[in-house]
Amino acid sequence: MTEANIAKSTSGTLVKDEPVQYVNELTTLNLGPTHPATHGIFQNVLTMDGEKIIAGEQTVGYIHRAFEKIAERRPFYQITTLTDRMNYCSSPINNMGWHMTVEKLLGVEVPKRAQYIRVIMMELARIADHIVCNGILGVDTGAFTGFLYIYEYREKIYEIYEEMCGARLTTNMGRVGGMERDLSKEAIRKINEFLTTFPPIFREFERLFNRNRIFMDRTVGVGAISAERAMSYGFTGPNLRAAGVDYDVRVMNPYSSYEDFEFDIPVGQHGDTYDRFMVRDEEIWQSLRIIEQALKNLPEGPYFADAPEYYLPPKQEVYRSMEALIYHFKIVMGEIDAPVGEVYHAVEGGNGELGFYLISDGGRTPYRLHFRRPCFIYYQAYPEMCVGSTISDAIVTMSSLNVIAGELDA
Amino acid sequence: MLNNQSVAEEIVKKFGDDVYDFEEPFGLLTLTTTREQIIPMLEYLKNHSEFKIGFLTDITGVHFPDTTPATEYCVVYHLHSFIHNFRVRIKVFLAEADLHIPTASEVYASANWMERETFDFFGIIFDGHPNLIRILNMEEMDYHPMRREYPLEDATREDKIDALFGR
Repeated sequence: MTEANIAKSTSGTLVKDEPVQYVNELTTLNLGPTHPATHGIFQNVLTMDGEKIIAGEQTVGYIHRAFEKIAERRPFYQITTLTDRMNYCSSPINNMGWHMTVEKLLGVEVPKRAQYIRVIMMELARIADHIVCNGILGVDTGAFTGFLYIYEYREKIYEIYEEMCGARLTTNMGRVGGMERDLSKEAIRKINEFLTTFPPIFREFERLFNRNRIFMDRTVGVGAISAERAMSYGFTGPNLRAAGVDYDVRVMNPYSSYEDFEFDIPVGQHGDTYDRFMVRDEEIWQSLRIIEQALKNLPEGPYFADAPEYYLPPKQEVYRSMEALIYHFKIVMGEIDAPVGEVYHAVEGGNGELGFYLISDGGRTPYRLHFRRPCFIYYQAYPEMCVGSTISDAIVTMSSLNVIAGELDA
Repeated sequence: MLNNQSVAEEIVKKFGDDVYDFEEPFGLLTLTTTREQIIPMLEYLKNHSEFKIGFLTDITGVHFPDTTPATEYCVVYHLHSFIHNFRVRIKVFLAEADLHIPTASEVYASANWMERETFDFFGIIFDGHPNLIRILNMEEMDYHPMRREYPLEDATREDKIDALFGR
């Protein structure tokens, strides 16, 4: 507290006739709900002492769309479109995770070829997700160039999606029981082109960032969390691995033939922003490895399971055969009853363990469906991670956590 | 590697009559306990020298309006042991008249928001929770929307009756 001497007032009341006191005041700062640095709609009410954050509280739910409630009235195949809209940076992973959950409930065995195609699509989605996260992290530290370099390849991945399912962002890819169409020649060409053109650009991206003095100064030691705290906060995916816990659903509970592929799980040490960046970097390389192996060893055979009561028949058949017409009608009208059961199925999503907890009472719709959304669970650690740091560090921390508003709010 | 049988036997040895309804749907050990025992059980599984089931995957609620009044609401905990790659599901049933259950947020920091979400959607009150307010819905809402009595569509509509669809 300091006192300043103010000239005595000579006339009128414009200047008060007492010393002015300067007090250290706490400022409340609203970061969000709509702020370019939050990359989505959620609010952080930060209490600041000067430039230091001393407390934070989040408000979420701005784009809550009641997916769990809507799902209770929809037949299983219609719920795929809801999963698209959760982590919209890697929709195919959500789609496949949902299909696999239903297949587990129905007891449908998917042919190897379909499983490999799914792996290719899921790993492309993972690359797209990590490109977004790492590219934007660069932008938030002031480096726009790297983002521009690799964002083009997200576009290339979207072109592959388009070839595969006709959509780009909300893909609705695959079906319960397999894929809706085989990998076309054009799709394979595009994937191969991606596999040859992306690595040099990505290597250049890495050269721009990995040992960049400015980038390291901004990220090393920023927003760090210990492995114990990360586990207590329910971290999964790259954020947990950056803290040094080698948990990956693809390895722990392999699904869709992940056990056939050889890949490494990168693990960090300090759980800080730099480690999260590096883990995602390395995961992109590992995903490329998996895609290469899957393409090389792509098995021959059908791309959908022999489960006529769950898998839509080919359109030509619908016009020609009675059975196909009946099944087509029953599936589209949602007249297929699922068996009674209780399933928990998890896949490794772009930012962690994406779980589907499905209770079926034997009807045409789920009795209860709950999505375990990784970013909803780990985002609650954010105040703890940014208390004591500056506002610019807090923004970089949030960016590296890869919080996707759609997934956060379901 | 742990197996369901050995873990279930250990749990029964420790908690006796307070655990029941053991099941294995799709290989996942599922058991039911009482709300008095849920926190001791989470701590026991977490600190057990062999199990080390120390990761809370998920907490959620389910509403079963058509069962007995004592089991209308269910709180489901999914736990995971990274060391043994072993999952377990624990259920606690609650009566609608008395929707109270102790909070797990002292054991797992991640339980905080999961419990707020469960409160938001089902109105289950987690005693001792540091900040039990709505999380995804707006504060002004005066009901808990995931309960089964709130249908998605107007039940009086006649243009969408099941008979038209052969049901």
